[in-house]
Amino acid sequence: MMLLTRGEVLGHKRYSEHYHSLTIVAPEIGERITPGQFVNIKCGDGSAHILRRPFSVYRVHKRGGWASTIEIVFDIRGAGTRHLSQLRQHSSVDLVGPLGRGFALPTRRAHCLLVGGGVGAAPLFFLADELRNDGHRVDVVLGARSTRMLLNPIEVRRLASISRITTEDGSAGERGRVTDGLEEMMERCETEIIYTCGPHPMLEAVSKVCVDKEIPVQVAVEELMACGYGVCMTCVMPVRSRRRGKDEVEEEVIYARSCTEGPVFNGAAVLWNGAAEAVAKDQSELSPTGVPVRQSFVDTSGDEHAPPGN
Amino acid sequence: MSPVDLSVRVGSVELKNPVLVASGTFGSGREGANFLEVGQVGGIITKSMTLVPWKGKPTPRMCETPSGMLNAIGIQNKGVDYFVSQDLPWLLNSKATVIASIAGNTVDEYVKVADKLRTGARELAAVELNISCPNLEDRNNMFAHSPDATAEVVSEVKRALPRVAVWPKLSPNVTSLTAIAGAALEAGADGLSLINTLFGMAIDVESRRPKLAGVVGGLSGPAIKPIAVRAIHEVHRAFPHVPIIGQGGVTSAEDALELMMAGASAVAVGTHNFVNPRASVDVAQGIASYMQSHDIDSVVDLVGMVKLEG
Repeated sequence: MMLLTRGEVLGHKRYSEHYHSLTIVAPEIGERITPGQFVNIKCGDGSAHILRRPFSVYRVHKRGGWASTIEIVFDIRGAGTRHLSQLRQHSSVDLVGPLGRGFALPTRRAHCLLVGGGVGAAPLFFLADELRNDGHRVDVVLGARSTRMLLNPIEVRRLASISRITTEDGSAGERGRVTDGLEEMMERCETEIIYTCGPHPMLEAVSKVCVDKEIPVQVAVEELMACGYGVCMTCVMPVRSRRRGKDEVEEEVIYARSCTEGPVFNGAAVLWNGAAEAVAKDQSELSPTGVPVRQSFVDTSGDEHAPPGN
Repeated sequence: MSPVDLSVRVGSVELKNPVLVASGTFGSGREGANFLEVGQVGGIITKSMTLVPWKGKPTPRMCETPSGMLNAIGIQNKGVDYFVSQDLPWLLNSKATVIASIAGNTVDEYVKVADKLRTGARELAAVELNISCPNLEDRNNMFAHSPDATAEVVSEVKRALPRVAVWPKLSPNVTSLTAIAGAALEAGADGLSLINTLFGMAIDVESRRPKLAGVVGGLSGPAIKPIAVRAIHEVHRAFPHVPIIGQGGVTSAEDALELMMAGASAVAVGTHNFVNPRASVDVAQGIASYMQSHDIDSVVDLVGMVKLEG
């Protein structure tokens, strides 16, 4: 159940000089939201920049003085995020959530490797909390262009059994990208599933490694969107989908909405490259009953209109 | 204060209030039902449906622009059969007032969609003709750019659905809107939806690429409201007895009243549904408050009441 509601800023802080964090009191959303789901926030009065901005949730605080709050993390990319960065305690926030389909959790104890790039790592912190609560093992690869763009590496060290930090300029951790040496990391951690979020080229590279090694991969995409609740059809991703034909299961390519069928997809089902051509070549009709490709041991069942937590 | 009468007649069509949701901005109502009762909305103008499912265009499909947004979605929809078997029963069960929006590449496609709607036609309040998609029979023109093509679509659909009100949705990207409106009316249109999006384009100066994969898209949002007001005024002055369904940049009761005073019998909220999924009912309530504070008993008394002299 998604809600249109008002929250109140409980606190604003910084993670490195690059990232802002807002903790927002929004109990109805905090109680329902699952890792990978997002909230869509109105930034400013909406006259010049009319659309809400989507944010995945970095942390949900369930206990103590900050109970029922959600925390989002962002860097300043434009007028909307600049407005949010100026909010302080008691500021009112107009938000819609929880939105989308979050990460599918393992259905048995598993070694989970979380791979995050830049601010895209944000939902992986919430995910790590949930996975650890459920008794799964969590390992993390965290990367960014430089030290100041690493999102909370100290917390990563605390959360992960094995962690690896990379920066492209070598200013912290190993010089390189999160995907460099990923296979060795997977072997060392005996990884059984990968969860990843970040820029699309990174998601594509991680997905490719997972497909080669036949390991399930859950990717959370960052797509431009207008509505966030499934009506505008702007945030679509080309994905392979299966449907039951007359005699057999047929596969086809559909444009799936990142806001409702996503933002978490099976990375092996996404068409990362040459997507437009692939969709054009696929002559079969858009499936009215399309279901996501199932993965071996994560639960991806559920109605396409019902994100987890419904 | 005495209760105000928000009910309106758009030609032969009775609406419980004058605020609808515009095509393509509210799906077929299911997603929006998380936020409001679709039966309380003046009318649900559905996402345009086509004879067979359309996959839509590649991404990016959307970019935000000052006080508006551009989209090039390509009418991604599941087709008329899905609408008739799945969406229509749900809408009727939810007590919604349903206006089915039809799109196609050829006149024949419009007629075939209309034929498929005939069995449920008694349940439809009206059909809206989205004639702003490319006309494959006349490559460089949309139907709505030619009086003859507009007239042909209207008269053929009218022949297929003689007992249903037909509202062609006209494009503002024309030299003489009244000429097209006149052709539509002569062909049997029962009302006119004014306006569809305006052609626009945006370029990313870093990559030098268009911001939309479709290069050119439709501009919507508050940026186009003055054009909608002008277009409605112009057509209302030329055809004062023809009901107009005003659309274009409505975010508030004040916006809606502006369109009504220009000559719209009813209005539809479009892009603003992305920001506030409850906008249609909020705007209707705002109109009721305006009527109470201005001592107006019936909303019909506001239509076309702009004062041009004195």
